[in-house]
Amino acid sequence: MEAIILQILNGLDKGSAYALIALGLTLIFGTLGVVNFAHGALFMIGAFCAVTLSRILTLSHTVVDDTQTDFLGNPLKVDVPYVMDWFGETTGAAIIDWAVPLSILFAIPVMIAIGVIMERGLIKHFYKRPHADQILVTFGLAIVLQEIIKYYYGANPIPTPAPAAFKGSFDFGAMLGFDPNIIIYPYWRIIYFAFAAVIIGAVFAFLQFTTFGMVVRAGMADRETVQLLGINIDRRFTLMFGIAAAVAGLAGVMYTPINSPNYHMGMDFLVLSFVVVVVGGMGSLPGAVAAGFLLGILESFASMREVLAVLPGLNQIIIYLVAIIILLTRPRGLMGRKGVMEE
Amino acid sequence: MFGLDKKDFRLLLLVAVLVVLAPFLLNPFPEGSAMAQFNAGYPDLMQRFVIFGIFAIGFNILFGLTGYLSFGHAAFLGVGSYAAIWMMKLLTMNVIPAIFVSVIVAGIFSLAVGWISLRRSGIYFSILTLAFAQMSYSLAYSVLTPITGGETGLQPKVTDPRILDGTLANGATPKANLFGLEMGSSFEWSVGGWLFTFNAGYYVAAIVMLVAFYMSIRIFRSPFGMMLRAVKSNQQRLNYTGLNAKPYTLAAFVISGMYAGLAGGLMVAMDTQVGAERMFWTASGEVVLMSILGGVGTLIGPVLGAGAIKYMENILSKINKEILHQWFAFMPDGIEDILVSLVYPFIGKGWHLTLGIIFMLVVIFLPGGLVEGGQRVARLFKRKKPAEDGPDGKTTPAE
Repeated sequence: MEAIILQILNGLDKGSAYALIALGLTLIFGTLGVVNFAHGALFMIGAFCAVTLSRILTLSHTVVDDTQTDFLGNPLKVDVPYVMDWFGETTGAAIIDWAVPLSILFAIPVMIAIGVIMERGLIKHFYKRPHADQILVTFGLAIVLQEIIKYYYGANPIPTPAPAAFKGSFDFGAMLGFDPNIIIYPYWRIIYFAFAAVIIGAVFAFLQFTTFGMVVRAGMADRETVQLLGINIDRRFTLMFGIAAAVAGLAGVMYTPINSPNYHMGMDFLVLSFVVVVVGGMGSLPGAVAAGFLLGILESFASMREVLAVLPGLNQIIIYLVAIIILLTRPRGLMGRKGVMEE
Repeated sequence: MFGLDKKDFRLLLLVAVLVVLAPFLLNPFPEGSAMAQFNAGYPDLMQRFVIFGIFAIGFNILFGLTGYLSFGHAAFLGVGSYAAIWMMKLLTMNVIPAIFVSVIVAGIFSLAVGWISLRRSGIYFSILTLAFAQMSYSLAYSVLTPITGGETGLQPKVTDPRILDGTLANGATPKANLFGLEMGSSFEWSVGGWLFTFNAGYYVAAIVMLVAFYMSIRIFRSPFGMMLRAVKSNQQRLNYTGLNAKPYTLAAFVISGMYAGLAGGLMVAMDTQVGAERMFWTASGEVVLMSILGGVGTLIGPVLGAGAIKYMENILSKINKEILHQWFAFMPDGIEDILVSLVYPFIGKGWHLTLGIIFMLVVIFLPGGLVEGGQRVARLFKRKKPAEDGPDGKTTPAE
């Protein structure tokens, strides 16, 4: 029992990342009908938003501190970040400490802007072209974005820690009444899961309960009729692309403390997210989310020692294996709608 | 000749001449001159040109003719490589059995993968092939380590059985050969400032590539190739006429898998080591890039694309800041620095950026790749000529 709960928990954080990226991918596919291979790059750019903000926050100037001396006996020179000057020492330090959560605010406008520019500047011209062309051009775009990031930030992973308050882990098992020290879970991962749940909830609520969302859903169902009603559906879809980019970006921002961002993290996630989308069913938002969590949890179950003893190497291939089985037995994926990309 | 019509035969002849003369053509600049770093006529790179050319030709038979975009072709290349290295370890260092077995093993493997993947089409087919390739890659890295060598990979060792070869002389290392002709041996010819290298391995690979190219022309022109094109243009209509497309697509898939295996076997013949990283999905992406860049669905396109990408990978990536400063040294200092900092991101380590940009431009503006670009330029010149000859240029027949 404990082991099962532990594996489910372990699967949650990866599953959350898969679900968020797959949600964005599905939003883009459902609205614009575009297969976006650059979505992993958006995830990566989101992560680098966090890196950028924490660099901006730690911009500093050198001050001579007379009270301390360095090893030569001269007065010690200390780098003081500007934020400490402006907000005082404790507040400034707290701001720097909370750089990653603060990056959420920074990343949302940046990612929406990137998404809108991408859609208007490039993707727009590919609606009428075959899916293969869309895959290829976004694949090229992903390479370009990735190389630009590599040029500016280097090829090495950049550690971006979580706020001190969320470092370490807590005893989740004891809370549920199990013996202590059996189910230990890092704080940040549970936060990541909660954050993902909030974002997913927000996207669904936005689509379900706002007029804008209603129009978008109508457009997803029948684009032409909505246009005939005199609604400029293209503009709304462009914004949805921005939102999808923001969802991927936020997934990236919050993932930085779990895995130090490097320039190819997007590609690593992209391949898996595509598998997730296909398993969930192209164009189905709940399918993408469900498949994301499902595959994340399956992956962590497959890496249990008991399982590996029977089927060695299963943890490496479980996702692909599930994808192959689902694709061959359920052509629409788990929750795909009838008639959407069944071929 | 050879069952080809005049135009195709001319193309084959042209490719043959280019391939045979490659050590000269790729070495246009004298040794030691400032431009010598653009020389691509060294054996290692020339071998890569032809091997990746084979890989891309095979990929093109699948993607170019049937329109099925496989994102997992590197798996067949990897499987072929492993088969070849095992032949070298167990049987003989002669490359012939290694190459044959690599083609056969890759063919069997692609038959299995294709039989399953081809049940779906479009994006699902891409994802399925990708999933199979990633699975093979992960397994080669983890569970199959006894067969694949895992992270260290495989190379021939002195202690391997090699039942057909005699025991090695003391201190000798096993080298790939063709009936005694070592793949690594080359003949150097120095004329004036030029140094031309004729490598045995390159010519073996080149001959194989010419045969592969010839077969691909035959496939393109055959009724079978026609059927594959029909699959691409409208599979539904094909089904309505009562034809089952699956045997044709599966045959195309297996053929292109065998080409990939051939490329993998040759790779081992040239450089006797194998690692799992050549099965990673980016390697599959690379062959997609090659085909698109050169011109998908054309005969010569994939070879051109493979050459262009491998040239960039090996030549562009070698240029560093000092060399750039030398180039722009004639400029005033300030402008020199600006120019260098403008160009620098696109070369050296950043060559992937250039590749990505060129690739995007090709997909956006030139869906037919370099071949279409060449045709457009040719048409531009053709159109001018009749206008000069006669007063009425508009009556020229359509090309």
